[in-house]
Amino acid sequence: MIQIKDLHKSYKMGKNSLHVLKGINFNVEEGELVAIMGSSGSGKSTLLNILGMLDSSDSGEYILDNVPIKDLNETKAARYRNKFLGFVFQSFNLINYKSAAENVALPLYYQKVPRKERQEKALKYLEQVGLKEWAGHLPSELSGGQKQRVAIARALAAEPKVLLADEPTGALDSKTSYEVMDLIQKINDAGNTILIVTHEPDIADMCKRIVHLKDGVIIEDKKIEQVRAEQYV
Amino acid sequence: MWIFDRDLWSEIFATLGKNLFRTFLTMLGVIIAMIILVLLLGGANGMSNGFQKIFAGTASNSLFVWSQSTSEPYKGFERGRRIQFKLEDATILKEQIPEIEVLAPRIELGSHRGVVTVYRNGLTSGSAVYGDYPNVDEIMKKKLVEGRFLNENDMTESKKVCVIGEETYKLLFEKGENAIGEDVRINGVFFNIVGIYKPNQNINIDGENSVYIPFSTFQKAFGSGDRMGWMAISVQSDTKVPVVESQIKRLLKNKYDINPTDERAIGSFDMSEVFNNVSAFTGVLQGVSFFVGILTLLAGVIAISNILLITVKERTKEIGIRRALGATPKVVKRQIVLESIVITVFAGFVGFAIAIGFLAIANNMIGENSDVPFYNLMISIPQFLGSFVLMVGLSVLIGLIPANRAIRIKPIDALREE
Repeated sequence: MIQIKDLHKSYKMGKNSLHVLKGINFNVEEGELVAIMGSSGSGKSTLLNILGMLDSSDSGEYILDNVPIKDLNETKAARYRNKFLGFVFQSFNLINYKSAAENVALPLYYQKVPRKERQEKALKYLEQVGLKEWAGHLPSELSGGQKQRVAIARALAAEPKVLLADEPTGALDSKTSYEVMDLIQKINDAGNTILIVTHEPDIADMCKRIVHLKDGVIIEDKKIEQVRAEQYV
Repeated sequence: MWIFDRDLWSEIFATLGKNLFRTFLTMLGVIIAMIILVLLLGGANGMSNGFQKIFAGTASNSLFVWSQSTSEPYKGFERGRRIQFKLEDATILKEQIPEIEVLAPRIELGSHRGVVTVYRNGLTSGSAVYGDYPNVDEIMKKKLVEGRFLNENDMTESKKVCVIGEETYKLLFEKGENAIGEDVRINGVFFNIVGIYKPNQNINIDGENSVYIPFSTFQKAFGSGDRMGWMAISVQSDTKVPVVESQIKRLLKNKYDINPTDERAIGSFDMSEVFNNVSAFTGVLQGVSFFVGILTLLAGVIAISNILLITVKERTKEIGIRRALGATPKVVKRQIVLESIVITVFAGFVGFAIAIGFLAIANNMIGENSDVPFYNLMISIPQFLGSFVLMVGLSVLIGLIPANRAIRIKPIDALREE
């Protein structure tokens, strides 16, 4: 699903150049649930941004679902993001004046899905995350866990190839975190490819594979026995 | 067509409705600007209409010619010779100068602006008495409150009829008394009243208190022969009055042996000059109104742009999210520009409605009052359309500033965790 070869990225900070990613190589197969770990400054967020086409690499190859991702202008990047990727953020990033259902339907709006179909799909995915009754509520009326579940429903709504989650449990307490991870595991069970950036080991252990980043290189890449979050819920 | 996309509009209204108070404050500038623009234009139009109403009935392309005394000796004549026009002059002028449309000769009793006593039942009025051709009505329309003006029939049959001014009526009749059909006596001759007219308060060439009788009746009743006092002349609309004026004077000077350089022997008054001055004045006024209004509007629209800039800044994160979810720069740009247009147009309509209300109230208060040089304060359809096209155009241009700012937002920057 994802092939990355010799990915480099550096940021210019005045005169100094900060080399953040120093040759990343890894592949993700369809249906994997990968945790990308690392301390802050390890380059994990930069990697996720490049995977998410929010940032571009300096050199290297990135192939997503057999489509080489390169020479993207803003419009093309937006289209690819919309078509290939679903995002889940630490701070949920819901649009605060739109109801849960409207938030979920937003990526479909940019896909030019007809209105009625959009509403149906939004409800379908809200049901999948267990928030159908909350469809008409504004984000401010939802708890943190509920917000993140709405965000996950939104990421799923566009039926992306890959789900990218940046510290999805970072703003949640452990109990809620496990609930969200339970949801993510179930979505993964259904065959979705998911990448999670996290620095919490217990969250990483709930994935099927852990990629450890340090100082811009992968120092460890192992498949693990998944801890099911269900038991903590 | 994307313009009919319901979702696009609900997106826009959702954003604007999110902060109603701010949206309203933003609109206030344009509302006030539109009110100022419409009031200024309406006022200028009202003044133009007011002047038109004042001049209503007076042919704008007209002039008056009368005789005076020579100021220079010529061909053996001494200076100070009194010139007396003859009725044949009218025929000659009309024949020789084809640009003349209507020529109405007139004669008056007594000297110029002389006053003659008019009697009725022991009441008297010191009035000016004119012998007129009915076609004078085509140059200076008389506003009749009762009866009719002199007609051709009165002329050919030399009827002893007269049309009197309202002032004369007041002096000769009791209030509310019927005057039509009654007789008045002028220099021992009885005339039957056929009409009463209301003098134009603003252009008063004939005086307040006047009596009109047919020219032919005048000749017979007062023995004026072929004498003629002055002429009211209207010229064809495509001709300049001063050109005809000098032609007439040249012809008359030649006929009456007046030195061509003598400026005083023949008097004239060019009505078109007054009209030109007034229309130039109202034209300039309209121009200035439009200019001031447009600048105010520009200021209002710039205020909208400013607020939208702030809004874009505030919405950085939201725009970032939208971009991450697949909104292309074009979509984002379109939304901001449309927000600008929606606010401006809506505010414009509100301001327009308020201003039209004010104008309607002003119209109501002024009514037919002819003392105020304002009448029917309104803006024309082209002015309305022009203002709106301009407003929308400005809002698009100005909306592009925040829109371009919005698309410079990179989702990665917008979504960066603090």
